[in-house]
Amino acid sequence: MKAVKTLTNGIIKENPTLRLVLGTCPTLAITTSAINGIGMGIAATLVLIGSNAVISLFRKQIPDKVRIPAYITIIAGFVTIVQMLLKAYLPELDKSLGIYIPLIVVNCIILARAEMYANKNTVFYSILDGIGMGLGFTLALLLIGSIREILGNGTWFGINLTAGLIDPAIIMILPPGGFLAFGAVVGILNKVSSVKVRHTGCRSCAMNCGECEKGVEA
Amino acid sequence: MREMIVIIMSAILVENFVLSQFLGICPFLGVSKNLSTAIGMSGAVIFVMTIASFFTKLVYDVLLVTYNLEYLQTITFILVIAALVQFVEVILKKFMPPLYKALGIYLPLITTNCAVLGVALINVQREYSILRSVIYSFGAGVGFMLALVLFAGVRGRLEHCDVPESLKGLPITMIAAALVSVAFFGFKGLFG
Repeated sequence: MKAVKTLTNGIIKENPTLRLVLGTCPTLAITTSAINGIGMGIAATLVLIGSNAVISLFRKQIPDKVRIPAYITIIAGFVTIVQMLLKAYLPELDKSLGIYIPLIVVNCIILARAEMYANKNTVFYSILDGIGMGLGFTLALLLIGSIREILGNGTWFGINLTAGLIDPAIIMILPPGGFLAFGAVVGILNKVSSVKVRHTGCRSCAMNCGECEKGVEA
Repeated sequence: MREMIVIIMSAILVENFVLSQFLGICPFLGVSKNLSTAIGMSGAVIFVMTIASFFTKLVYDVLLVTYNLEYLQTITFILVIAALVQFVEVILKKFMPPLYKALGIYLPLITTNCAVLGVALINVQREYSILRSVIYSFGAGVGFMLALVLFAGVRGRLEHCDVPESLKGLPITMIAAALVSVAFFGFKGLFG
């Protein structure tokens, strides 16, 4: 029962992108098409599963004081593996995701899950948490990517939907469209669900990220 | 000289890190609530970005390329940046207390700021020389500051607006950012 709960937790209740607002950079940057969204989501999921498993495995050995550098090194290792796999088997996707693949290293979601979950739980549950969170991230990217691709390009997964009758609003696949689509999706979710997302930025991020909020008040 | 100015200006306006490349969104949303923290944070980012791009590019050229270890760039860069931030913090604390006081609380956050790692990766991707890397990173940092300062002003105005309940907070901030981003989009094609 706990296993199912851990798995589904990341998909809806604590969706990393839409509820916890982590990893905003890739969410905005690569969601110009649905396929990019899925590609990025799967790449991040693989890293998340790997890093959660390894960090959870060594959670008793890693000294508390150097845990963040240790986590970052482990994460960077997995990112490099994923990057090399992408280069070898999906060179096109690698090209369109560009520097955002290596930037998974500094994606808040991964460090936050290491800090909030993997260093307190067993390997099995950490892997499930990784899968759930990764799926949540992938679905959110797919949603935003689909909205942007349909509105901005008139296509979905490359399939033409407008039949040349309507001119797509190109702005949606340009940078401003990223902010607009993300804001609109979170706004609509706020409207239909009982839990409101109010806070902005990195409050739920690991890495003293709460500090920047403190900095605002200080 | 002319080329350098073009690199700086296009890094600030055309390829603005926050508004057109989406790097450093976390601090952009986190600290743009008021002007003084926005300036403090972006000052620290300019400082670290400029130094970090010098060292990461140096390590890349001298160590990684020489020994054919380019595939280790992600790990190397993040470790160099993390070590550098610690080092800068210690040095500032010891020798420049006023600067430390101004930037200190922002420094630890910068390690995981994707703008810093992003600039190091872009420098390598575009095969900039060390001098150009440093200039580009400085420009990118200034662009980051411009976006943060401008947006702090926008958010100041938003505070007094009557926003629908479900758009309060993050959603309206994102929509406002979209409008600022549209404004920056006008610079596209400025330097050919």
